[in-house]
Amino acid sequence: MSALCEVSEVSRRFGNTVAVDRVTLHVGAGEVVGLLGANGAGKSTLIRVILGLVAPTEGRSLLFGHPPSRAGRKRLGYVPQGLGIYADLTVAENIEFVARAFSTATPRLDPELDEVRDRPVGTISLGLRRRTAFAAALCHEPELLVLDEPTSGVGPLGRAELWATIGEVAAGGAGVLVSTHHMEEAEQCDRVVMLATGKVVAEGTTADITAGIGALEVEAADWAAALDALDAAGLRPGLVGRRLRMVGVDRDRAAAVLAGAGVAAAVRDTPAGFEEAFVAMAEV
Amino acid sequence: MSAWGLDDATVNLGHHVALDGIDLAVADGDVTSVVGGDGAGKTTLARLMVGLLRPSRGRVRRPERRMVGYQSESSGVWGDLTVGENLDFVATAHHIGASERSRRIDELLDVTRLGPARQRLAARLSGGMRQKLGVAMALLPSPRLLVLDEPTTGLDPVSRTELWAVIARAAAGGTAVLATTTYLEEAERASTVLALDQGRPLAAGTLDQVRAAMRGAVATVDAGFTGPFRWRRGPGWRAWFPDGDVPPGAVHVEPDLSDLVTVAAFARRRGQ
Repeated sequence: MSALCEVSEVSRRFGNTVAVDRVTLHVGAGEVVGLLGANGAGKSTLIRVILGLVAPTEGRSLLFGHPPSRAGRKRLGYVPQGLGIYADLTVAENIEFVARAFSTATPRLDPELDEVRDRPVGTISLGLRRRTAFAAALCHEPELLVLDEPTSGVGPLGRAELWATIGEVAAGGAGVLVSTHHMEEAEQCDRVVMLATGKVVAEGTTADITAGIGALEVEAADWAAALDALDAAGLRPGLVGRRLRMVGVDRDRAAAVLAGAGVAAAVRDTPAGFEEAFVAMAEV
Repeated sequence: MSAWGLDDATVNLGHHVALDGIDLAVADGDVTSVVGGDGAGKTTLARLMVGLLRPSRGRVRRPERRMVGYQSESSGVWGDLTVGENLDFVATAHHIGASERSRRIDELLDVTRLGPARQRLAARLSGGMRQKLGVAMALLPSPRLLVLDEPTTGLDPVSRTELWAVIARAAAGGTAVLATTTYLEEAERASTVLALDQGRPLAAGTLDQVRAAMRGAVATVDAGFTGPFRWRRGPGWRAWFPDGDVPPGAVHVEPDLSDLVTVAAFARRRGQ
């Protein structure tokens, strides 16, 4: 199997800053790969290297088996965070413009986009704007689709619909690379690659990454008193509903802190959630 | 328990119905989340709760103005003032006396871990720090009701976790907190949720209440399933069966908030 995009031991420096530090990553046909990291972790630089917009300082980045080139661009679809569509052109004009640039036939619009086909993109909802950008990126049937925060600002059903489209693109044999820092998007990926300070700190399915990382859950009738006690002890509890959760804290220690403060509480070990695992790794 | 919230509140902006008959209860010491996409009505609801908008119909229950803390979507900090000056300015506007002022400011700088950045211009803060400063400013007058409009938009998980720690502290101190978001994963941190769609409620209550209100069943299905109500979850697919009849091959699952809101949106679209 040949990877659609293959990054080997890539580093990129800007002056003394190492934005990307010996990263290896590949995306194969039919898979959805998530690229995760906090702000400043190096996601955007890595994507720019993959797209061929920035050259790596060290290592090798291949698109479709070759160094990124104009010819390769025809096999690539990209939706940036800013969407990259023209606000003063209509939905239909945007799609036609992109289709002509790629010398492909103008695709048929899905029924909901068709309803707004003659409206300037700047006047439709963000959810529809995102769908227009998707349709534009997909009109030349790219083999690799690169998406930057594909559903930010979109409501729950709009998000589910965009992910259904991404799933169908992958089922059709294209590879998809999604950059995000939202766990709802990460869990949709076949596997994720997690970056922190430019390096890969974890990769695998979200289940692989959370495996072995535990969290404590504290249930107390007076959750506010429990929060005060745990916070005063420097254990940094998080609130979920009316329960408190902590990662990397010993159960006996938490129980002792609560008992010492006279707070009646049940403390139990639970598996960490993906966001909890992410934060624990990003802070290392 | 106080009873802040909305009773059958409607807001018309020109001919547009921005909010349509919304009921909402925001209890002291609780975090309530309002979740929805662009145009759902989240900002209108936040502005209504803090008194920047009046309802066209219905009622808003909120404490008197000076007991309401509000952070707008744009964070509301002054970029050309330092962190300390921003807090001082708010304290002055609220006529908070000198000793109370320095105690409150120190406390908030501690909770938000912004102490080391006290002398820094707000314009030079990272997005996460700026949002935390905005929340600290909203909390300075010790409000009984704190309204935060998309406080974590654009923040990464580390900053998000820190900001939620600040919100949790406010709730633990007895403040009623209302926070809007576009992400269900974030709404799950709240004890009560209101999901909005084009100004109308899609789902409301605690997770158990939302679950109890759902008709039919949710099941995992394979990629070949072609029913009308399916969505991608993880590497697989899920579907909603409105009459509760799960076909052979599909595996029944207990829906989480994300499934429940998706189902509610399908049900709305189906015209139920």
